[in-house]
Amino acid sequence: MNNALHAEWTKVRTVAGPAWLLSGVIALTVALGTVAASAAQCRSAACGIDPAKISFTGIYLGQAVVAVAGVLAIGNEYSTGMIRLSLTAVPQRLTLLFAKAAVLAVPVLIASLLAVAASAVIGWLILPGRGFTPGHGYASLTAGADLRAVVGAILYLTLIALLSLGVAAAVRDSAVAIGLVLGLLYVFPIVASLVSDATVSRHLQQIGPMSAGLDIQATIGVKNLPLTPWQGLGVVALWTAGALLLGAVVLKFRDA
Amino acid sequence: MTTGAMTPYRSQASSGHERFWHLLHAEFTKFRTVRGWVITMIIAILATSAFVFLSSRAQCSAGGSACPPPPAGPGGEPVADAFYFAHQPLTGNGTITVQLTSLTGEFQNQNANGQSVMEPEGPQPWSKAGIIIKENTSQGSAYAAMMVTGSHGVRMQWNYVNDTPGLTGSVSASSPRWLRLVRTGDTIAGYDSADGTHWTLAGTATLPGLPATVQGGLFAASPNDSTSAITLATGVFRHVGLSWPATGWTGTNVGGTISVNGVGVPGSLRQSGGALTVSGSGDISPLAGNFSVLTVQTALFGSFAAMIALIVVGVMFITAEYRRGMIRVSLTASPRRGRLLAAKAIVIGAVSFVTGMIAAALAIAVGTRVLGKGGLPLSPVPALTEVRMIVGTGALLAVAAVLALAIGTILKRSAAAVTTVIAATFIPFLLAILPPSPLGLREWLLRITPAAAFSVQQAQPQYSQVIASYTPNGGYYPLAGWAGLAVECAWAAVALTLASYLLRRRDA
Repeated sequence: MNNALHAEWTKVRTVAGPAWLLSGVIALTVALGTVAASAAQCRSAACGIDPAKISFTGIYLGQAVVAVAGVLAIGNEYSTGMIRLSLTAVPQRLTLLFAKAAVLAVPVLIASLLAVAASAVIGWLILPGRGFTPGHGYASLTAGADLRAVVGAILYLTLIALLSLGVAAAVRDSAVAIGLVLGLLYVFPIVASLVSDATVSRHLQQIGPMSAGLDIQATIGVKNLPLTPWQGLGVVALWTAGALLLGAVVLKFRDA
Repeated sequence: MTTGAMTPYRSQASSGHERFWHLLHAEFTKFRTVRGWVITMIIAILATSAFVFLSSRAQCSAGGSACPPPPAGPGGEPVADAFYFAHQPLTGNGTITVQLTSLTGEFQNQNANGQSVMEPEGPQPWSKAGIIIKENTSQGSAYAAMMVTGSHGVRMQWNYVNDTPGLTGSVSASSPRWLRLVRTGDTIAGYDSADGTHWTLAGTATLPGLPATVQGGLFAASPNDSTSAITLATGVFRHVGLSWPATGWTGTNVGGTISVNGVGVPGSLRQSGGALTVSGSGDISPLAGNFSVLTVQTALFGSFAAMIALIVVGVMFITAEYRRGMIRVSLTASPRRGRLLAAKAIVIGAVSFVTGMIAAALAIAVGTRVLGKGGLPLSPVPALTEVRMIVGTGALLAVAAVLALAIGTILKRSAAAVTTVIAATFIPFLLAILPPSPLGLREWLLRITPAAAFSVQQAQPQYSQVIASYTPNGGYYPLAGWAGLAVECAWAAVALTLASYLLRRRDA
C-alpha cells in the first residue's frame, strides 16, 4: 500500500499538469468570486442575499477544474496506455484506485482550502462596501454558519474531485468522463430553476450534486433550503461513493 | 534494366472542388464508423424528449393550490380579461365617439383597523379607460379598444396581444382626448383627436367572424400594482356619441369582481350632468411574465443535456485524431490544413444540426401531448415560432459542436477542451438564473457569452404593455432569438479562425 501511494505521489509530483490544474482551481475560484462580490449589491435590509454564496460564486468555475483534475488522475493513464503498466506494478487493482484517490484528495483539499479561504477573505473585504452592512442585517454573521460554509465548500470540492475519479475509472475516457461529471453538476440546477413545477424543482435540487452540495454554503434562509446543509453535503458524498464504487467494480472486473 | 524516358508523375487527383467533396466524405465516414459517437447522437435525441416529463404535471402556481385555468383569447393564448364595462348592444356597422377629460387612480390599502380602504394615487402606467367594441361580455372574446393609459398616452389595442400608440401625453380637463371606434363589418378602425375636429387613424383591427350584434361602450381597467395590491382606474367621459339609437347602459364587471384576500373592489358607472364616470379594476391583456404561461419551450430543457453530449463528441472529433496520431495521416491526405478543419466543422456541424432538429421536433411533439395535464394549460405557439424553436435548437447545438471542435483543435486535450466549452456556456447561464447575481449583470451574461443562443428557444414574446417580471428563469431572454444565436456563432467563428491558424502553424 505504501509503495503504491509512493508511486502515485511520484507520478503526481513529476508531471506539470496537476500543479497547473490546482493553481487554476485557486486562481479561477478567487477571480470569479472577486467579480461576483464586486457586482453584488444589497440596497435594503430585506435584500435577502447570502454573502457567503456571493463570496463562493467562484466555486461554480473552480469545481470544473477540480473535476478535470479528478478525471485526469486516471483518465490520462487510459489515454496513454500507462494503466497497463501501473496495473502490472500494482496488481491489486483496488489498492491502485485507493492510492490514486488518496494522492488526488490531499492536494485538492489543500488547493480548495486556499481557494475558499482567499474567497472568504476577499468577500469579507469587498462586501461591506457593497451594502452588506450592519444596517442591512449583516452585522455579526453567526460564526457557526460562516465556518460551516467554509469547511463545507472545501469538502464539497474534494468530493467532486473523487466523484470525477470514480466516473473516469468507470468510463475510461477523459472526454466522456468530464462530460458526464459536468453534465451531472450543471444540468440539474439549470433545469431545476427553469422548470415551472415547484415539486419537481425541489426534488431536482435535492438530487443534483451541485445544488444539494452548495446548500452547505448557506448562511441565511437555511430553514427554506430543500435540504439541511449537512444533508446536502451528504447527497454529494453519496454520489461520490456511488461513482467510486462503480469505478472500482469496473476496474476490478474488466480488462484494462 | 532499361533506362527509357520516364513519364513524369502527374497527379490523378481532380479539381480542388471535387477533392473537398472527398474530404467531406472521408470525415463523414470517420464520424459514422465510430459507434460510440453515433450512439451518443441517438441518446441525445432520446434524452431531450425524456426531460419533457419533468414538466408534465406543472400546476397553476397560486399558493400551491389548484386554480382555475385562465380564459383563452381568440388565438387560444391565455389572457387576462377583467374590467368594468358599461355597454349596450350594437348591431351592424356603427361608430362610438367620446371625449375623455380625466384618468385617476386609487389603490387598496389597509387602515389602522385592518380594514381595506381605497386611497387615491396616480394611475398605474397601464391603467386604461376608453371605448371598446367587444364580441360579448364573456372573458376572452374578441375586442378592439381605444383608450387613454396612465403613462403611455392614447393606445389602440385589440385581441389582447396587439397594441399601437396614438397621441402622447396625459389627459386633463384642459387637454382632453377624443377617441373614436368605427366598425365596418369585421374591421374596426380607431381614431384619436385632441380637439374633436381633426382626427388621426391610430390603427385598424380585423376581428374575423365578429357577429352582427356586439357590445359597445365605455370601460376602465387597472392592473394590480407592483405589490399586488388592487388598483382602480376612473375615467370621466363627456360628449358620448353613438351612431345607433341608444338603449341605456348596462354595467358589467367582466370576469367578476377582482378581489385579493377576499376583499373585492367592484367597478361602477355614475352619470351626472352630461358626464359618465367609469371605474374599474383588472386588465385586458395577454398573460405574460415568469411562469404565467406554459408553452412547448418547457419541452426543450433536455437540450442542455444534449448540448453536453454534442460538445463531448465535437471535441473528440479532433482530439481522438491527436491521441492516436491519426492526425498525421489525415494531414498527409489533406495537406491543406485549413480545409481539413473546414471539412470537420461542416461534418460535425451538419450532424449536430440534424440531431438537434430531430431532438427538438420530437420533444415538442411529445410535449404537445403530455404538457398541460397538471392544471396549467399548454398555450399554443404560432407555427412560425415553433419552426424557429426547432431549427434554432438544431443550430444552437450545431454551433456548440463546432465551437467544441475548434477549442479541441486549439487545446489538443479532450478534458481541457470539453471543460472550457461547457464552462463557457453553462456557468454564465447558471449565474444568470440563480438568485445571487444582480439582474443587470445577468442580462449581460446572456448577451455576450455563448449562452445567449438559448434565446432562440423563447416561445412567448415579451409584451411591453404588460408589466411583469421577465427573466431567463421564466423563459425570457434579453436578446431576440436569432440575435442570441448570432452571438454564439461569433464565438465559434473566432475560435475556428484561431484553430485554423494554429493548425497551420503548429507541428501536428
